[in-house]
Amino acid sequence: MRATTPRQDFVRGIWQENPVLVHMLGLCPALAVTNTVANSLAMGLATFFVLTGSSLLVSTFKRFIPHEVRISTYILIIATFVTIADMSLEAIVPDVHKALGAFIALIVVNCMILGRQEAFSSKRPVLRSLLDAFGTGIGFIIAMLMMGTVREVLGNGSFLGWSLFGPNYEPWVIFVLPPGGFFTIGFILLGLNWVERRKKQKPMVREWPEGVASEKAA
Amino acid sequence: MTAEERQVGSPVGGAAPQKQEVPPWRLLATLGTAGAMAGFLIVFVFVATEPAIKAHKAEVLRLAIQEVLKGPARFDTLFVHEGALQEQLPPGMDAEQVEQIYVGYAEDGSQVGFAIASAEPGFQDIIRLIFGYDSNTGATLGMKVLESKETPGLGDKIEKDMTFVQQFDAAVAPLVGVSARQSTGDEHEIDMITGVTISSRAVIRIINNSLERLGPLLESYNGGGSQ
Repeated sequence: MRATTPRQDFVRGIWQENPVLVHMLGLCPALAVTNTVANSLAMGLATFFVLTGSSLLVSTFKRFIPHEVRISTYILIIATFVTIADMSLEAIVPDVHKALGAFIALIVVNCMILGRQEAFSSKRPVLRSLLDAFGTGIGFIIAMLMMGTVREVLGNGSFLGWSLFGPNYEPWVIFVLPPGGFFTIGFILLGLNWVERRKKQKPMVREWPEGVASEKAA
Repeated sequence: MTAEERQVGSPVGGAAPQKQEVPPWRLLATLGTAGAMAGFLIVFVFVATEPAIKAHKAEVLRLAIQEVLKGPARFDTLFVHEGALQEQLPPGMDAEQVEQIYVGYAEDGSQVGFAIASAEPGFQDIIRLIFGYDSNTGATLGMKVLESKETPGLGDKIEKDMTFVQQFDAAVAPLVGVSARQSTGDEHEIDMITGVTISSRAVIRIINNSLERLGPLLESYNGGGSQ
């Protein structure tokens, strides 16, 4: 396994290896519940909680978990945290719980979480696993908020329920409907890849020392 | 990477040459312990959150009853048991397992109407709603959707489109769903929302079906003079 510094473990998941925007994991909730910013944030926080809790337990008990039953054990741990998140959300913020509906229970099958356990927490010390879970969780929240903001602003003319454009704005309803999720993720990925590609191309032109080009030509 | 990490990491790497057979009892013990711990945690959180969840549900229901009966001075709970409405919970039965109807009274003690909660499939999933009904005039007094997973932006208009919802404030059962263009202004008619036909029809069907089922019970309750 490639050695990494604690800082890399934390920062990597936030942007460079963002679970949704780069790894394309956890797309189901990113498409399904991001029709408002509030829902996106609640889903992001719930997933963050499940990911952090599972990483903590998996890396703490990794020595006691035999290889043969590791996936079942991870799923059991993840499902426990999902159930806890589900009941806590229903007790604390019932309206958000109602809006997220079945998708909270479906965090269990979010491959981002199982992926982090299998790829990282089951092999690394507890603190490193926590750093990795924090980074990945924050990355997931950022991706969810990007989706939620675009969809709520265009599809409902509001941000966190605050009307932005006044009563004369005709909402672009398709953006809060399922197809809008696909459009939004498509355009966000298009934009990000375009920026990435430009970033890679630019230094090659800039770093060419002056005079070298003319020397070569000569 | 420390020596400890390498040691832990190696068997997961897949190409471990010295593969050791793990005895079955250890697999069982691991899963058993994990399951028991998970169960314990879940029960603990369940017990801690249950009062808040139940209180919220009761509050939502209370507000909904107030809304569909247009703010009665008080309301009583009636239990549907053996084909009749009973004011007391039948002995030996759990209140959550018996269908409940709510009867509202005005300041002077006169009956305002009944609030009936019912659920049936809509477009996406079960729609659960509550509606007020005056059994003397046969008119609905109001309707509120309690639970629905109808399409956001389309099907959820059955609870958000106030023009649609307010029609239930004074329609006479049995209700008939018509498209807005065919509307004749008849008191039985409910103008359905364009593009939301299935969900609109489901709301009307839920109300008609529950009145068909419970209507005789309501009448015999009032006829019995038990008010």
